[in-house]
Amino acid sequence: MSRKTKDRKLTKTDGFDPARRSFLGAMATAAGVTLAPGVILYGITKSSPANARALDSAASSDVRWGMLIDLNRCDNGCDDCVSACAKENGLRGFGRPETDAQWIRKVDIKNPDTGYSKSLPVMCQHCEEPPCVDVCPTGASFKRADGIVLVDKHTCIGCRYCMMACPYKARSFVHEVLEDQKSYAPRGKGTVESCTLCVHRIDADQQPACVEACSDTGGGAMLFGDLNDPGSEIATRVAKYASQQIRADLGLNPGIRYRNL
Amino acid sequence: MKQVTYSEVKGSSTKFYALLALLGAFVLSALACAFYMEHSGHHVTGMTNQIVWGMPHVFAIFLIVAASGALNVASIGTVFGKTIYKPLGRFSGLLAVALLVGGLIVLVLDLGRPDRLIVAMTSYNFKSIFAWNIFLYVGFIVVVAAYLWVQMERRMNHYAKTAGLVAFVWRLILTTGTGSIFGFIVAREVYDSAVMAPLFIAMSFSFGLAAYILVLLAAYRGSDREIGDVVIRKLGRLLGVFIAAVLFFTAVQHLANLYASEHTAVERFILVDGGVYTALFWIGQILVGSLIPMYLVFRPVPEDSQASNRGVILASTLVIIGGFAQVYVIVIGGQAFPLNLFPGMEVSSSFHDGMISAYSPTLPEIGLGLGGIAVAGLIVLIGIKLLRFLPVSLANAAIDPHHKLTIDKP
Repeated sequence: MSRKTKDRKLTKTDGFDPARRSFLGAMATAAGVTLAPGVILYGITKSSPANARALDSAASSDVRWGMLIDLNRCDNGCDDCVSACAKENGLRGFGRPETDAQWIRKVDIKNPDTGYSKSLPVMCQHCEEPPCVDVCPTGASFKRADGIVLVDKHTCIGCRYCMMACPYKARSFVHEVLEDQKSYAPRGKGTVESCTLCVHRIDADQQPACVEACSDTGGGAMLFGDLNDPGSEIATRVAKYASQQIRADLGLNPGIRYRNL
Repeated sequence: MKQVTYSEVKGSSTKFYALLALLGAFVLSALACAFYMEHSGHHVTGMTNQIVWGMPHVFAIFLIVAASGALNVASIGTVFGKTIYKPLGRFSGLLAVALLVGGLIVLVLDLGRPDRLIVAMTSYNFKSIFAWNIFLYVGFIVVVAAYLWVQMERRMNHYAKTAGLVAFVWRLILTTGTGSIFGFIVAREVYDSAVMAPLFIAMSFSFGLAAYILVLLAAYRGSDREIGDVVIRKLGRLLGVFIAAVLFFTAVQHLANLYASEHTAVERFILVDGGVYTALFWIGQILVGSLIPMYLVFRPVPEDSQASNRGVILASTLVIIGGFAQVYVIVIGGQAFPLNLFPGMEVSSSFHDGMISAYSPTLPEIGLGLGGIAVAGLIVLIGIKLLRFLPVSLANAAIDPHHKLTIDKP
């Protein structure tokens, strides 16, 4: 029964009350205005790629996003991952290297005894037991069910305790006023930030920007995937070949693994 | 039996108002500093992504640690029943709250988003020692306020011992919490140690008593009240014991680290070739802040009571200076040494990996820190004008320990 017919019937039986009718009308309009964008959004999510996470569903703990970085394929001079990250997330330096944010960096290591040297990208290691999450007083530092460690920019008070606690020096404090940010990577002066594993891309069934750049123009050293899915390429590879975690002794079980370190 | 009479200070002299205005000016300039830092972003300070906690934290941690220690004088009187300390109890509570509030204000104004204080008060992660500390600090103020009330309200005096015990236990837990802010940092080898908690407790005993002695004497001189050398010498000796306790825990801290070869690099940095940090450690903390004051309070008592008093005043001042040096070495020195991501490797990057980080405090940071001290001063000044915190006299005859002195029962 359409609403109009229903209304008409009600009018016939209950007598006409214009105030009540206009009130109901207003309520219906309000409900429509409130719900419509949701319905449209729902439609959009439904039409997004098959493996993407629907916006109205929570991240699943069945998934553990991770990365395997093969250092034999990572060139010393290449920093395509770093520039891709900066471009994707709108990170711009202010010419002040000590306070400028870095979400991913190339670290050169050298064994002083043997002379062996290597260059590797280091970013937030997305620990299973993240110290930054443990120490955060407000819970702004949090780990998503799928293993991605993030900062809620709305509840971060900028105490920087997470930066003290992170063993990987992965976090930056925003020391400046920022402009022209990316809508999907919000940042704010006075809050702490770090690699999000390009969570906005992952939720849209894409690879993190660094991984994409590494395979497009770099050495193809970075492999991204679900460590919990035994059929995934990353899970197959970490099962077959030896891989290392940075500071594995701390027992944090980072989601970022390295080969040939 | 003697009864101690307390009274408000008159607080009507030009001196009083000049001091009030001076402290007020420091508070205002601290607010201006904080506004400047928040408005421009922290890049205008000496703090970086390497040294994330700077001078404001040194001031804040010093004040918070000293706050819990300032309460000890009251505890010794009421909990441990030392009669000579009883008249000093009320002022001890006032100073403790004042120092804590001063420290907390600095801590909050140095946050990246101090405007989100309400978030910190409403959204908690109970695994965070920081979150516990928010409860411990607020609780401390409540507990000490209650403790002061039962001391000052004659009908409630018989609860003083219970309240004192609660406050004493609370302050021990509070300082354990403050020390554990560092002790729980697994990533940094300088900090990651259970000894940080007892070390901080010993520091609080020492810094708090030194601050207490100086502020007490200033209050008595400023209000033209009499204070005898007996009480000053007694407090001085106690300070000497507390300094020794800090030295003991400092030795344990470094010896334990030195024993593990993985920690020798960072110990070498602090103790041998850390430049300013090494100098602050040996000259600031050990020589100026510990050995000289210990000599001053333990040397044979000079005949001249004024000389004896001056020795204690100088010792207390040096303990405060040494205490700042110690907190600076812990907070800043600990961060200046690089994180060890790849043990055994030489490391370099554009993000200052593997490098000793430089830090030079800027004026706004120091201004904010001094503001915290000024806030504490204002609270004490207004407190002693409004309420009866100070005994009318602390002259030798008035507090002679051979007299059975009580404030509980007249």
